[in-house]
Amino acid sequence: MIPAAFDYVRASSLAQAIDLLRDDPDGTKLLAGGHTLLPALKLRLASPELLIDIGGIAELKGIEISETGIRIGALTTHAELFASEPLHGELPIFRQAASLIADPQVRNRGTIGGSLANADPAADWPAVVVALQAEIEIVGPNGHRSVAARDFFTDIFSTVLEPDEILVSVHIPRPRTGMHFIYRKIRHPASGFAVVAIAVGVRLQGGAVDQISIGVTGAANHAFTGQHASDFLLGKTLSRDNIDKAATLLSETTECLSDRYASAEYRANLIRVETRRALLALSS
Amino acid sequence: MNDTTAIRHIGQPLRRREDFKFLAGKGRYVDDVRLPGMLHMAVLRSPHAHAKIRSVDLSAAKVAPGVRLVLSGKALVGKIGPIAPNWVIPGSKVPFRPVVATDCVRFVGECVALVVAETLAEAYDAVGMIEVEYDVLPAVIDEEVAIREGAPQLHDNAPDNITTIYKVRGGDYQNAAREADHVIGLRVVNNRLIPTCMETRAIVASPEPDGTLTVYIGSQVPHMHRRWIAETVGIPEHQLRVVAPDIGGGFGAKMHLYPEDLLCPYLARELDAPVKWWESRSESHQSTSHGRAHTENIEVAFRNDGKILGLKVETLGNVGAYLSNMASGGPTVNTINFGTGTYKIDNYEAISRVVVTNTVPVDAYRGYGRPEGAYIAERAIDAVARYLKLDQVEVRRKNFVQPAEFPYRPYGSMGVMYDSGNYQGLLDKALAAFDYDGRRSECEALRGSGIYRGIGVAAYTHMCGMAPSRRLAMSGFDRGGWESARVSIDSSGRATIYSGSMSQGQGHITSLSQIAADVLQIPIEDIDIVQGDTRQVQAGHGTFNSRSMAVGGSSVHVSSQRIVAKAKKIAAGMLEVDEKDVSYSAGAFSVPGTDVAPVTFPKVARMAYVGHKLPDGVAPGLDETVFYDPTGMGAPSGIHLAYVEVDPETGIVDILDYVAVDDVGTLINPRLAAGQIHGGVVQGIAQALYEEVSYDPDNGQLLTGSLLDYAVPRAEHVPNIRSHFQETPSPTNPIGVKGIGESGSIAAPPCMVHAVLDALSPFGIKHLDMPLTPPRVWAAIQQARTGASR
Repeated sequence: MIPAAFDYVRASSLAQAIDLLRDDPDGTKLLAGGHTLLPALKLRLASPELLIDIGGIAELKGIEISETGIRIGALTTHAELFASEPLHGELPIFRQAASLIADPQVRNRGTIGGSLANADPAADWPAVVVALQAEIEIVGPNGHRSVAARDFFTDIFSTVLEPDEILVSVHIPRPRTGMHFIYRKIRHPASGFAVVAIAVGVRLQGGAVDQISIGVTGAANHAFTGQHASDFLLGKTLSRDNIDKAATLLSETTECLSDRYASAEYRANLIRVETRRALLALSS
Repeated sequence: MNDTTAIRHIGQPLRRREDFKFLAGKGRYVDDVRLPGMLHMAVLRSPHAHAKIRSVDLSAAKVAPGVRLVLSGKALVGKIGPIAPNWVIPGSKVPFRPVVATDCVRFVGECVALVVAETLAEAYDAVGMIEVEYDVLPAVIDEEVAIREGAPQLHDNAPDNITTIYKVRGGDYQNAAREADHVIGLRVVNNRLIPTCMETRAIVASPEPDGTLTVYIGSQVPHMHRRWIAETVGIPEHQLRVVAPDIGGGFGAKMHLYPEDLLCPYLARELDAPVKWWESRSESHQSTSHGRAHTENIEVAFRNDGKILGLKVETLGNVGAYLSNMASGGPTVNTINFGTGTYKIDNYEAISRVVVTNTVPVDAYRGYGRPEGAYIAERAIDAVARYLKLDQVEVRRKNFVQPAEFPYRPYGSMGVMYDSGNYQGLLDKALAAFDYDGRRSECEALRGSGIYRGIGVAAYTHMCGMAPSRRLAMSGFDRGGWESARVSIDSSGRATIYSGSMSQGQGHITSLSQIAADVLQIPIEDIDIVQGDTRQVQAGHGTFNSRSMAVGGSSVHVSSQRIVAKAKKIAAGMLEVDEKDVSYSAGAFSVPGTDVAPVTFPKVARMAYVGHKLPDGVAPGLDETVFYDPTGMGAPSGIHLAYVEVDPETGIVDILDYVAVDDVGTLINPRLAAGQIHGGVVQGIAQALYEEVSYDPDNGQLLTGSLLDYAVPRAEHVPNIRSHFQETPSPTNPIGVKGIGESGSIAAPPCMVHAVLDALSPFGIKHLDMPLTPPRVWAAIQQARTGASR
């Protein structure tokens, strides 16, 4: 199909985009990569009055690595996150996760900001940014604010973003030496989205877990952090037994989604299996 | 004199001649047809699976910008339609199907109203303004539920929702069951599929200044579409020109008559302007025919040594809301006639019921009935092997029809005859290519370390190119079994061949050229093939049922032979010798054993057209048309083997290897043949592991409404396929070909299911229904483990 009529403005600055957005937040949509929005428009599931194309806004672009951390602009595409050598040098999980998103055509257009703001319960980046303990930078009529990734997602396709706010960037603390991340994903055969995917980061000191964080997507209404399992493992060795217990804990403390393709029991099983496999990989 | 061919083109793995335009982005599809003043049609579809239409309010849509015409079904009553099936098994009850629903809708997606506007956007906008009031009725989705007492009824003239009952019987099954050591039963579901084409359906109808009408349509059967549109819209057939340009896949779905095929021609004439319609992907899921959708109850009677004595089958074929084009033939003739597969099973009893439900009509999809039939035979024999704990290969070997028994009529059938074959030969070749014994030991060895690998085997045979014409009458198929070809030589000796077959990606331009080049003995570059335009191509049936080489190719072969025969007469005149002394070799006519200078084919062609020196009784020109009606049908066969590993913790099936050994008769082009096997196997693997149409059983909503939900496999989902061939030429046609297009999609589903069941045998799992998705496989393992621990 083709979309209903709408007005279109290509914003040249963040300030202009905010101004346009505040006029009619509910009747306006932001266009970044368009890979969720355009199909929704074509199917007439969404019929905004105005589309603000934010693709030309410089403030939303780029990957910057500094002493304090890594800033990824909202408009950075999956393909750019895959390709960036400096980012790969710091955090190989970006290339690993990006390679599991859809296909090259989609990766060339889709953006990390779009993925996070859309908050599809099965999208990849939410799990990654949760595990990386990122901060999400947001700008609105009242200026900038920052929200921890773990608090950013609130429900299916829902975040703390207000209708008149724009997601600007993702800030990630520089990983401490010895911290290793891994991303494991079971893809839905049609959509390519996660049936369940797990991002896990671990640092071992003297054989014991010194730092750990877990992000999960696909399993529940929104991406979340596997806090119980992390707390359990902190200070312990990654023995087979401890890994099994942590994986089971994470699985059993999650209220999983059930749909036509996969039952809640199957998703809970995948959390257990994939968490175990991730931790086993990180233990060696 | 025997003619010889200098260069043999048949059997050569030539690259596709037609590919350059596709690779260069120069293919021309229906959507590329953009005519001045062209209007656009959009269709309002039913959101309900079953409902009475109380009212349709078109008033807002009629005054919307750009709108030229808005119609509901009532306005079309008595003007066009109904849509009638083309294959009606004798005794069938044919439900009335209006082009656009009038008082009742019977599936989600059925046409309720339509808009024609100046732009497509305006047409869609206006569709959104049409108000329809419905009284929702109870819907029935499942074929087993539909025939139960008290089920919602779809059509007054089809009690119990059954349109057709068809029976096949040979020998005495009841006696076989008494004499057998064992009788086991199994119920298998042949999952409903969407025949996904890269190009969805599209149509443009354009009134011409001379009063005729041109219809551009992505059609596998252009001449059939001409006849159906002419008859249903009321246009004299000779004033209708159907053009099928390049087609992005058909797989059976583009050989039926759909409402839009009739609406565009009708509306173009009403509005005196070209009218275009094209189908979005989500629209395609709910308006283009689906495939398969059977439930089969099987009973197999066998001896302790694995010899099968009898087979009993009860098929329920779900055909959706109406009898689509071929719908009564698929679950009946095409399925249960082939239920015994490659095995000698003398006692066979089968019944098929064709069932209507509140779903998208179901019709032909790659193999149509033969995949379902092979699935019956193969699942049955695999169950026998599993039950007796015998090797799956040896049980098959024990039951195969033997090479000396061809031509073979299974269970004494009058309608089914397998012309030729050598299943043992195929099996031996397949086992060697696969390293069956090595892999079998590997499976056993790895099971000890918790690695679950399995081997699947499937054998198949079927019949291609439904013919001869007079036999099709008996089964109610309202078309012939022939194909036509016209070979027209120009005055330079180059050939244009007008073929009634219709390529949708098969590579006919290459393969038909190869057939003609061998007979005409001219360079392949000097041969052009024309298909898909009823103004140019004299007549035809098109491409389906793997018929295009066996029937279409034979017609090209025979008409080329007639060209050479006539050319030889003309050459004899030029050489001033008797025709019987002339030999045709390497493109030149000569008199062997003499020093008479040969004349080349181009010189003879020139003579045919100037006509200066033609023998008495020989008319000018070099142009021959043949309507070739085969005497019988070729029966391809094959053995496929798959090697899989199942992850018991996730249920994910990894395909480690896939070997296909097929006997499709003489290979015209091994490269294209392998391509056909690859494509068919991928679609077969798709059915086995990924694809399934889902409906909400309560309200009939289509749950797999887009490619976000309906899993068409990608490259990452399929293995490297190793395709080999064994050539047993068919005696039923002059080139010895059998047919290949459907082989892969017939063999792969049972092959894959058997491989997974073999891998899961340590868990005691004996049955799974397709598709074998990870959640489904995992659930079966969980259930087996829970059961075992009890």
